[in-house]
Amino acid sequence: MIENYIPILIVLTIGAIFAIVTVSTSVIFGPQRPNSEKLSTYESGMKPVGTTHERISIKYYLVAMLFIIFDLEVIFVYPWAVEFKRLLGEIGISVFYSMLIFLVVLELGYLYVFKKGGFKWD
Amino acid sequence: MNIPIEYYLILSAFMFFVGVAGVLTRRNAIIVFMSIELMLNSANLTLVTFSSYLGNSIGQLFVFFVMTVAAADAAVGLAIIIAIFRNKLTVNIDEINILKW
Amino acid sequence: MFNNAQEFFNTLPLIIMGGGIVISLLIEIYSDKNKVILPWFTALLFLAVGLHSLFYTNDVSIVMQNMLATGGNVNIFYAIFTLGAAVVTLISIDYIKKYDMYFGEYYLILQTSVLGMMLMAAAKDLFVIFLGLELMSISFYILAGMNRKRAKANEASLKYFLLGSFATGFIVYGIALIYGSAHTTSIDFITTNFAGLTSNLLFVAGVLLFLIGFSFKIAAFPFHMWVPDVYEGSSTTVAALFSTGGKSAAFSAIIASLFALFNGPSGNVFTPYFAVISVLSMFYGSIVAIAQVNIKRMLAYSSISHAGYLIIGLAAGNHDAIAGVMFYLGAYTFMNLGAFGIVSLVEGKNETNLDINSYAGLASKKPFLAALLSILMFSLAGVPPFAGFFGKYYIFIAAIESKLTWLAILGVISSAISAYFYIRIVVLMYFKPATNDFQIETSNSAMLGIITSVIIVILLGIFPGSFLDLITRFI
Repeated sequence: MIENYIPILIVLTIGAIFAIVTVSTSVIFGPQRPNSEKLSTYESGMKPVGTTHERISIKYYLVAMLFIIFDLEVIFVYPWAVEFKRLLGEIGISVFYSMLIFLVVLELGYLYVFKKGGFKWD
Repeated sequence: MNIPIEYYLILSAFMFFVGVAGVLTRRNAIIVFMSIELMLNSANLTLVTFSSYLGNSIGQLFVFFVMTVAAADAAVGLAIIIAIFRNKLTVNIDEINILKW
Repeated sequence: MFNNAQEFFNTLPLIIMGGGIVISLLIEIYSDKNKVILPWFTALLFLAVGLHSLFYTNDVSIVMQNMLATGGNVNIFYAIFTLGAAVVTLISIDYIKKYDMYFGEYYLILQTSVLGMMLMAAAKDLFVIFLGLELMSISFYILAGMNRKRAKANEASLKYFLLGSFATGFIVYGIALIYGSAHTTSIDFITTNFAGLTSNLLFVAGVLLFLIGFSFKIAAFPFHMWVPDVYEGSSTTVAALFSTGGKSAAFSAIIASLFALFNGPSGNVFTPYFAVISVLSMFYGSIVAIAQVNIKRMLAYSSISHAGYLIIGLAAGNHDAIAGVMFYLGAYTFMNLGAFGIVSLVEGKNETNLDINSYAGLASKKPFLAALLSILMFSLAGVPPFAGFFGKYYIFIAAIESKLTWLAILGVISSAISAYFYIRIVVLMYFKPATNDFQIETSNSAMLGIITSVIIVILLGIFPGSFLDLITRFI
């Protein structure tokens, strides 16, 4: 069983050797004449401003959280949609209404967020 | 080339204990929270393993529920951490100590 | 979903509760008078669900593809949760105004937490237990931090959140192992095959992890460290809900999921676990409570020791013990709610008057309130003829039936110790001069809630048999 992994090991080794060889050749043989322009951060030709560790506005938190919550609810819809035809034959129309109730409750949550101003940026 | 079920179980048990150790030793509230998520994910891995091993889908369904609940947990938990950061400007558990443990 | 109209009718408590949450949400976002409507709507909703469930306890059935049980003890648990939550709502109305922290979401989340508790009690599948537990716990984390401008509330909420989700991790992993060994999450299957399954090490490990997680939620000894901090830091009314509803719900889930444990012979695999944590919680709670100066912390430690008495019932594991646990949960819910309600009334703005010594001389200034608090304290201490006494009595008798006499004796000793700190408050109120001028804002709704709970405590004490009959009919 373990011998099945040998091709992967070979690929990994070749990849590692290739990366090490190319990077070290350019460091060893390439000419190095640093000046301040070359050492500064590349910012599409602009002068770099501020530090890299900027604090992000707290408003992103709200957007991200709302996204995660509403996004994750979709994982219930996918299996339902895939199995819908089979379940409709087996159980009947209540399959449809269960999901309808779920989505209505979800939309109520959306309505709540909307009314409370969760989507306002300023 | 089947991977035996024990491998998955050992991996998930290991993940679970890494999570427990993280909760007990780390001092940053967010990292503690990440360790808790790791525990939940190890449980998810166990559920999926058993589900595929036993050939019934209950375990996978359960994983869906655990994932959604974990998302709700994350939303509430991060909100609590933000509220505490606004008041105290720290998320270090050792400095959050008005109430004695 | 439902095979016939009767099944739909049996599920009505849950449906009314869910529908009530939707209506409350609409009230909160669309009504201009939501500050007036929402609290009273919440209280009435709880009352309606509670009375409905009490009235239709005979409709025993299993609905929703073997997911939910209805009727019988499930309905009695519903009544305990919802009537308790109704009292919490009543004492909250003026308390929230006193602290100037009105959010409509407070009542909404109160309702969702109660829906979670009800799901836990009704569960016939580990799925439903998990969902109910998380619905309840996540609501509790929010409620604990509701007063978000206060650092103490933030801290309480963070601690509750971290330790609560830690416990959830254990529960989920335990459920995963149970699923792996039993090949299903259906509680009925686990119940019927319990004896065979206990020879499977994976199953025992799963149940142990599950129990450890729930020990967090019921605040038993080695997993109690969050309790005093959370009760002290969060609002008094919310702490009242944590200590009563949260604990009863966790016990209801243990009883629902591990019912097989309590059907078998008393010498089952998990009795030692229960016995050890019950002794530790009883004594730890009663002894540490003596040293407390803050009354909310004292009540928190007392709640740990009460968890210990309740676990004696789980350790005994016969039918009488389960009936005793349910009786005690009902009694304890209303004793504790009344006590927390009075604390929330006496408490001044900015958390003054929370010291035990600030209750000195309450009897001379507010004789009625002091009399009510004394009744509740006597009941908590287990003095007859109040409800607390009979709860302990039934549990200890059941423990002796299961040949756990030593556990019952330890329980009696521990309640004797705990009587000290309950009676101390009564002594302070009646025999010490007043040092405090008790600027108590009158609150009719809170008084209504407190008086109702005191009346229930007295009634359960005078007629314990009728409530016990109701419970034992369904075990």
